[in-house]
Amino acid sequence: MSEEGGQKGSWLWAGGVLAWKLARSLARPVARVLMGRRIQPIGEIKRVGEAARPGRVSDAVMLGLEATALTQALRDTFEEIHGPEAEETSERENDRNLDAERGVNVEKREKWGTALVVFWLALAFAGGIAFLFTYWTGGNNLILGSMLGVFFGCFGIALVVWSHSLVPHTEATEPRAPLAAPTPKFQSAMGDFTRGYHQIQRRNLLKWASVAGAGMVAAVFISFLRSMGRSPEASLYTRVWKQGQRLMKFDGTPVTVDALQPGSTMIVFPEGSEDTETAQTVLLRVRPELLRLPASRSTWAPGGYLAYSRVCTHAGCSVGMYERTSHLLMCPCHQSTFDVLIGAQPTGGPAARALPQLPLYADDRGFLRAGGGFTEPPGPGFWGMP
Amino acid sequence: MIRSTARGLDTRLRIAPVVREALNHVFPDHWSFMLGEIALYSFVILVASGLFLAMFYNGSAAQVVYHGSYHPLDGVKMSAAYQSLLNLSFDVPAGLLMRQMHHWAADIFIAAIVVHQARIFFTAAYRRPREINWVVGMTLLLLALANGYFGYSMCGDLLSGAGLRIGYAILLSLPVIGPWMTFIFLGGTVPADTVIPRLYAWHIFLVPMLLGVLLVVHLAIIWRQYHTNFPGPGRSQTSIVGARLWPSYTLKSIGLFLLLLGILAALGGLVQIDPVWIYGPYDPVSIIPGAQPDWYLGWIEGAMRLFPGVNLHLGSYLIPEVFFPAVLFPGLLIVVLYLYPFLEKAFTRDHGSYNVLRIPSQYPFNTALGCAVFSCLILLEFAGADDVLVMASSGSVVALRLLFRVLFFVVPIAVGVVVYTLCWLARRKHAEAHLLAEGAPQPR
Repeated sequence: MSEEGGQKGSWLWAGGVLAWKLARSLARPVARVLMGRRIQPIGEIKRVGEAARPGRVSDAVMLGLEATALTQALRDTFEEIHGPEAEETSERENDRNLDAERGVNVEKREKWGTALVVFWLALAFAGGIAFLFTYWTGGNNLILGSMLGVFFGCFGIALVVWSHSLVPHTEATEPRAPLAAPTPKFQSAMGDFTRGYHQIQRRNLLKWASVAGAGMVAAVFISFLRSMGRSPEASLYTRVWKQGQRLMKFDGTPVTVDALQPGSTMIVFPEGSEDTETAQTVLLRVRPELLRLPASRSTWAPGGYLAYSRVCTHAGCSVGMYERTSHLLMCPCHQSTFDVLIGAQPTGGPAARALPQLPLYADDRGFLRAGGGFTEPPGPGFWGMP
Repeated sequence: MIRSTARGLDTRLRIAPVVREALNHVFPDHWSFMLGEIALYSFVILVASGLFLAMFYNGSAAQVVYHGSYHPLDGVKMSAAYQSLLNLSFDVPAGLLMRQMHHWAADIFIAAIVVHQARIFFTAAYRRPREINWVVGMTLLLLALANGYFGYSMCGDLLSGAGLRIGYAILLSLPVIGPWMTFIFLGGTVPADTVIPRLYAWHIFLVPMLLGVLLVVHLAIIWRQYHTNFPGPGRSQTSIVGARLWPSYTLKSIGLFLLLLGILAALGGLVQIDPVWIYGPYDPVSIIPGAQPDWYLGWIEGAMRLFPGVNLHLGSYLIPEVFFPAVLFPGLLIVVLYLYPFLEKAFTRDHGSYNVLRIPSQYPFNTALGCAVFSCLILLEFAGADDVLVMASSGSVVALRLLFRVLFFVVPIAVGVVVYTLCWLARRKHAEAHLLAEGAPQPR
């Protein structure tokens, strides 16, 4: 009895398992279809995610399982709607075989191509070895560069030859799909945008507030530019020299009235600001009887000494050349010339403004001193230049 | 292995359709379509070699005294930036090679962009639907020019110092905003200590980032719109003819990249470029005679030399002489170039969409205009080196400059007329041949 009962029990057990498996395998497609039909994937996932079920398989795993099932279900639904995935045909089937059309002996080309590719690759390899050897033994730049050039260059040639001779020459012709989306697609995209736009844009007040907000964002960002630089005022308008300042040489010694012979020049700076960009001044001496300075400047050249800003008024280079026979200062950048006898007025080249002149006088101890600042701010022109 | 990796990626990213489309993407085969590729690969090489240089370059204007392995400059005062360049060039293994490759790559980058854009212009590839990419491409060109200038200006050598001072004068010359803009962007008068760190930030971060982003946009647009085709049998506005991306185009393109890399490496090793140690460190009172900018800015230099010294006073305000040749002239050129596709549309009233290129002789006006502008720029390039020309010959700068001023007007007009005539003749001949072919009895 007990034995029979036991057998019966095991049959029942087996039957139950079978039934369970059957039911599950039947339930799956049903669930699939149901889920597929009323697509609520987000709701499903959310429900699982929300419910904390302590002591069971972790939520993440459950979520993953359900998501996989869902993806599968969605795919199946897709298939139901669109039919089973068709075998895709290759777009390449219709490509023209140019080799065949031109009657190329492909076998011969491939044979030669292989040899060539091997040749170029071997050369590249040799170049690479030579480069590594030179590099690790600290070789010079010429060999390094040329060997690296051989390496990459031959490698490149090998690939081009490979592509030319070992790959069949084909030509594909495909229709160009129109760039514009079909009108309904465009309409629906535009419609969705407009709907959303109307959802957010309710009140004029909000509109103006957001415009103001965007403006404020721009204002804040643009304001940061202010941190990047100081006001141009002080440095652009400075005339550099002050009344009574001594003229100093490079080495920091003051210039005396016997420093130069007529026809020679030197670079001088205001006492206390040696070697700065805008302060550089060219001091030169000419024979006084040649001078044709304007009447107002007649006393500015004691003993034929003249001082001009050395920064070109055209583009700011150093006016570094002086031709003593023609009494011209010349800028080496754009070849503007300035006649020192008439107050460094431009006489040729693209400069439009004279080099600012520095009034000079000799003090009773024989030092040359500035009788004031430059006649104009030195350097290239700018809006608002006096 | 490949299959299982591909499967693994596809089950996670669904990449198969995308990859398939990419592998089958059709690119027309023509040598002139490589020019953009050369520019692209130069950019890649610029980024890679630039990364190497950035490990050693010190973007600081602080004054130091040099005691390195280059003895001629021992004990000389210089900026820390210049010192780091000397160390890079003389002490870092392959440092000089990388620096020269970087500079050569920059020159080739810009040259490739210019020639690429010329190809676009002369074949009218800028027409609808490609106007957007024309505008993107113009911006790429301007960014490349700016970054070239920033790059060679941050070396702290005497030549770059001259270039910076001229750049400063140009920026300063802008009406109304010039002074403030100059002081905000450069931090003061040149050479302010702030200039080199700023150039550094722009050169290695801001501009390359913009270039990278715009390059991606440029390529994405080309991908979406497909390349243009030259006219020929079997070509039509509604089809694309060419080779598949995989494998022939891929192999060829990688080969081109490596070949370019090889050429640049050889140039970097064998042909000296920008030898900063010969120029010496920047020093405010020294200047190099015969100083030239890099070639891609030479035309502005030429315009600056030819433009007469004219000051324009507006009331108590001044528009300096450099504004006209160095801001207004290039500015107008740039604006016209940006607007060219739209201007052509407005003038010809042709609003059609084109995927087949125009042969230059088909539309003589466009070709003649392009040639005239190019001849003008090349002339200005020579005018920008007139002092060197005078040194090499025995003429006078004044006479040469006068000649260049005359040629500036004569040459573009002459070139324009000649090219127009040639195109017109070619077009007529083409039309006759076409007519003959149509009229001739067809073989059966």
